[in-house]
Amino acid sequence: MNVLESASLNSNAIYPLELEVNGERRWLWVRAAETLLHTLRDHLGLTGCKPGCENGDCGACTVILNGLPMKSCLMLAVEADGQRITTIEGLKHSPVQEQFVLKQAFQCGYCTSGFIMNGHGLLSAHPDADPETIRLWLESNICRCTSYEEIHGAIMAALAVNKEGGSATGSS
Amino acid sequence: MIPFDFEYYRPSSVKEAADAYQALQAQGKQPMYWSGGTEIITMARLNEDRPGAVVDLKAIPECNVIEFRENDLIIGGCVTLSAVTGSNFFPLLGRAAQGVADQTSRNKITLGGNLCGRIYYREAVLPLLVADSRLVIAGKGGVREAAIHEVFRGQIRLEPGEFLLQTVTDREFVSLPSVHVKKRQIGNVGYPLVTLVAVKKGSRIRAAFSGICGFPFRSASIEQVLNTPGLSAEERARQAAGRLPAPPLTNTEGTADYRLFLFKQTIKDAIHALEGR
Repeated sequence: MNVLESASLNSNAIYPLELEVNGERRWLWVRAAETLLHTLRDHLGLTGCKPGCENGDCGACTVILNGLPMKSCLMLAVEADGQRITTIEGLKHSPVQEQFVLKQAFQCGYCTSGFIMNGHGLLSAHPDADPETIRLWLESNICRCTSYEEIHGAIMAALAVNKEGGSATGSS
Repeated sequence: MIPFDFEYYRPSSVKEAADAYQALQAQGKQPMYWSGGTEIITMARLNEDRPGAVVDLKAIPECNVIEFRENDLIIGGCVTLSAVTGSNFFPLLGRAAQGVADQTSRNKITLGGNLCGRIYYREAVLPLLVADSRLVIAGKGGVREAAIHEVFRGQIRLEPGEFLLQTVTDREFVSLPSVHVKKRQIGNVGYPLVTLVAVKKGSRIRAAFSGICGFPFRSASIEQVLNTPGLSAEERARQAAGRLPAPPLTNTEGTADYRLFLFKQTIKDAIHALEGR
């Protein structure tokens, strides 16, 4: 069966999807035009990823896809078929979460899950991140309450804890 | 949320992709090729793009290559900008790629998408222009290779149904002395007022620009003045500003006058960096 023959089964633009989300296999049907953000929120009830700008600017919808932060508003759910996703609901007492609490690195909290997912991705990918790498990664998210100093402090503290022997990823 | 539906196809070979596009086009579905897809999502959300179907290229192995083959650096059109930077195979391209959007978005934005997109800055093309790279283009007629200067003139000019499969860059260009400068209105994320990429090959400077006009370009006329012996950096910058291929841009990022000022300043900075004076 060629690509068009197989796809013609889906001419109503609804597609089967298999995801591994927070360690669980999930099967569902989605519109091709639906972004991963809305699939996670509206089909799977994972409302920790937040719709902000829905334009790739704010980072509130950040999840981890195959180990890298991804803005779920910039990805179709069908593109994630077969992929491994971690949302904020999949983190349990990760170093970044704990440091966000200790450093009070939030005010209204709307951007917090996105920042934590990005920081979690940073710790996993670059446990020895230098200041330039930290700056680059944190530029992907916006906090309208401007808690940037505290957020930066939380990430730095999580990196330091990690270097002293803590787990980079916590239980996710 | 995208307020309309489209069909989604994910071919696993070049031929399947070209055939799918052609068939969908014949069915009147106005298909679009999809790589990172970030720009299409953004435009579709605003109803500015309304494809009836998209053909996702990411499952095509040739689109995901990033490697040296003998004297050529091959980069597939679906390689993400963060992977281009992370590989460090072509440091100048890595720096230009790192200037686009932000780190997380670059995990999704691809080299092919940046070159072929509607948003006219397309900064990742600048190192490829100064390196005289070649583009591997696929379509219903098969695969062809063309000089970047034949295909990319302000924007990519492909035949209907064609897509960018790979870029090919001669190894000698990836390690030349180089400069990348991006001037923004504010901060480290955003569209450019002026982006300059320059290399020094032998005794000659090659330069390409984005942001100053409504399209990225490399200009033989500007390179002629940049390489005129006996002229000061100040004079070369002044003359280069008089040889722009189009009027400087005015938009929400900045005015034409401000862009011209920055254009001359970045040229002087590049000359100082590459010539040590």
